Amino acid sequence: MTDLAPQDARRLSLPLNWFGVAPFLLFALLFLILPTAHIVLGAFRDVQGNFTLDNIRGLFTPSIMGAFWISIRISLLTAAFGCLAGFLIAAAITRGGLPQPLRGAMLTFSGVASNFAGVPLAFAFIATLGRLGFLTVILKEWFGLSLYGSGFNLISFLGLTLTYLYFQIPLMILIITPALDGLKREWREAAETLGASGFQYWRMVALPVLWPSFLGTFALLFANSFGAVATAMALTGSQLSIVPIILFAQIRGDVLQDPHLGYAIAFGMIVLTGVANVIYIVLRTRAERWVK
Amino acid sequence: MRSAKLWSWIALAAGMLYFFLPLIGMFEFSLRARRGEYSFDAYANVLADPRFRETFGYSVLMALFTIAFGILLVVPTVFWVRLKLPRWRPFIEFITLLPLVIPPIVIVFGYIRLYNTSSWLPLTGSAMGTNLLLMFGYTMLALPYMYRAVDTGLRTIDVQTLTEAAQSLGAGWITILSRLILPNVLVAVLSGAFLTFAIVIGEFVLAALLNRPAFGPYMVWMGSNKAYEPAALAVIAFGVTWVCMGLIQLVTRLSKHTRAQHR
Repeated sequence: MTDLAPQDARRLSLPLNWFGVAPFLLFALLFLILPTAHIVLGAFRDVQGNFTLDNIRGLFTPSIMGAFWISIRISLLTAAFGCLAGFLIAAAITRGGLPQPLRGAMLTFSGVASNFAGVPLAFAFIATLGRLGFLTVILKEWFGLSLYGSGFNLISFLGLTLTYLYFQIPLMILIITPALDGLKREWREAAETLGASGFQYWRMVALPVLWPSFLGTFALLFANSFGAVATAMALTGSQLSIVPIILFAQIRGDVLQDPHLGYAIAFGMIVLTGVANVIYIVLRTRAERWVK
Repeated sequence: MRSAKLWSWIALAAGMLYFFLPLIGMFEFSLRARRGEYSFDAYANVLADPRFRETFGYSVLMALFTIAFGILLVVPTVFWVRLKLPRWRPFIEFITLLPLVIPPIVIVFGYIRLYNTSSWLPLTGSAMGTNLLLMFGYTMLALPYMYRAVDTGLRTIDVQTLTEAAQSLGAGWITILSRLILPNVLVAVLSGAFLTFAIVIGEFVLAALLNRPAFGPYMVWMGSNKAYEPAALAVIAFGVTWVCMGLIQLVTRLSKHTRAQHR
């Protein structure tokens, strides 16, 4: 008996232990997993509830394909440019020999700016680059340069890209700065001892080490911009056909006149942002090998 | 090395220009409400608008409820996982990251279909129920940040030993959580709370699709109906974000300071 007692206790306590996380699991199930599963299943069902691929096939009509294509292009472009600009600024504040306070200020500002998305961001850009915006007026009055006369429009592919970059670049700065800090001084010194130029050091040592972080952040920024709804809504109303805006209109009032096509669009969004995030997570674990 | 420094200044200057122009633009625009001169009329109009006060108040209230509920949900979970279920950690962490993977618009789409009036849990049937659903949605949005903050906070203390010490003195679970764990992770919890506040206050998609009178939808409505007031609202929202981020930095710095003094 005495031999069995501790074992018994362990066996009894095992199934009870997970009770402590039961509220959390219930919450996640009800407000995260079930709603998503409902949408995913709905994408493969017809109105009677039978299995069908028609909804998915419905995605491949020119108008919806076009919306996905614009969204993908905006996301790719803002992710690529966000990565590049964010990297340059992060490199400048970590490696560029600039005064130390600038680094702290830039990182704090990035924390704010990466959270300053959504509706207010759109307003800030309308106030700056809209038809009567601050910069539009200045360029016209001081330099005689008419932005809108030369074909620029804030409610466009370019305008949306410029606006999204406002939260993409800071996010890149926040993520890549620790990676840049992880570049050891010895690597640079070793490279220089072996006769490498600054350019060669970056190309053959630093960039290969940073590459996983780079690609991973690219994927994260892609997903970040693909799912952004509020900024686009406030900036363009519903004038620009990108996926989140179409889905928003569909949820509000079934504009596609086919409820299950809405499920399919949502499913398409999950697939794209999901794949991008999986790439991010995989590459980040790889990048952490070097950054310790 | 010289040229590297020069390029750094150029990169930084270009970045600053891009970051500051929209801020200056929105501030300048918000002052233009009176013809021919700068004034704070747009702000006065906004502040005098009863709908501003209602929606802003509603969002502040939602933020506070979300924070309270988020703390109640996350702190015991993180504590329990650390103490009893260390093997579950990757799994729980994966769940908390899901709100970053699945676009919020998709999740709220699921809410609307799953909790409508003809379902088993008709939350959207009443205003109170919808408020509750919105709060759950906000908690879900803030989950990745809240969980990570608390998890990092708990990493610095020895949960096992502290809990055993408390238990041997006769403390129950509630006492352990509220008087031992919570004070120890207070800074982390506050950081998570301020971030939650910043997220909830300007949130648009969930509130708009659930038809609640929140600040986000109000801003969009203003955007399509007024000229200068939206810029004033943007300045206010930017100020709120700054205050939240500033408070996070402040509590983090204060805690480091007191910790250093203890040693």
